Amino acid sequence: MSEYAHPESLVSTDWVAEHHADPNVRLVEVDVDTNAYNEGHIPGAYGWSWNTQLCDTLRRDILTRKNFEKLMSDTGISNSTKVILYGDSNNWFAAWALWQMKMYGHEDVRLMNGGRKKWLAEGREVSTDLPAPSASEYTASGPDNSLRAFLDQVMAAWEGRSHEMVDVRSPAEFTGEILAPPGLPETCQRGGHIPRARNIPWGKACNDDGTFKSADELKALYGAEGIDGAKPVIAYCRIGERSSHTWFVLKYLLGFDRVSNYDGSWTEWGNLVGAPVERGK
Amino acid sequence: MKVEHHAERRLEIGGWEVNLRTYQIGDVYHCKADNVSPGATIARTTGVTREEAEQKAIAKATERLKATIRRP
Repeated sequence: MSEYAHPESLVSTDWVAEHHADPNVRLVEVDVDTNAYNEGHIPGAYGWSWNTQLCDTLRRDILTRKNFEKLMSDTGISNSTKVILYGDSNNWFAAWALWQMKMYGHEDVRLMNGGRKKWLAEGREVSTDLPAPSASEYTASGPDNSLRAFLDQVMAAWEGRSHEMVDVRSPAEFTGEILAPPGLPETCQRGGHIPRARNIPWGKACNDDGTFKSADELKALYGAEGIDGAKPVIAYCRIGERSSHTWFVLKYLLGFDRVSNYDGSWTEWGNLVGAPVERGK
Repeated sequence: MKVEHHAERRLEIGGWEVNLRTYQIGDVYHCKADNVSPGATIARTTGVTREEAEQKAIAKATERLKATIRRP
């Protein structure tokens, strides 16, 4: 059985139970459901809201470097802090936060394998107390845009057949049967996918308990669709958070060097005038 | 506080597969309904019993899923 390429990018729930109060460890919960943190979180964990704190709230973009530094400082995170991220939906938005932290050069940031779901299912301790950090000094680098794909790059990659495209949405979104995940508002004008993209839904990388599948299982999953790291990969979904989960899997668990997250995703591509779209499988 | 009585089950609502996850924190039962594929939360409710929390979540999920249109 092979090992993950970067096993240090994950910690277990047992590890967190043992180390959550360590002075150089900072736990942060990032949920899809932004109210989940207030129900109860891992004692000492901070909460970041993806739709107010992990994006630019004026224009559509990730955090500016200045606002990223402020978020780190407000959370008491310094450049040398070991940051453990976790969240609901098997770490969707925790992976989104990790992606931004890597773009801004934070060295030691990891996901808690299994996320909030596993912590709750194991009947572990939770708290509703809000931690009060002392502000820290933080200096970001970057952003490292090699981890991110912009529209013009995706278009050029598609035209030049230079990259593999992985669409991580559900099959019904991929085929164009629905324009948004069931129960969520429609956010695009056209359904379907970028022609030639491979549909590998993000959740296939996870076990039922929310943990990641083994390295061998992941290799088989992506390899069966021709995603083996030989070509650079662009992952996309609807708004870029599910694809940051797949980005994490490909980059840190399988060790592919050239993986970028197209965070414009289908809400950008599916609204573009004249963009190539394919429907069906 | 410890998380207690965590349980998950699948059901179908309006032709969509839904995952219902319920657990107790303190005196409150929390219930989340997600849409399985991709797994986004579409309802979150609380109740003093599991049944109450789940019934509320099913009602909310039913309402939200009605708005999803399947295109041929």
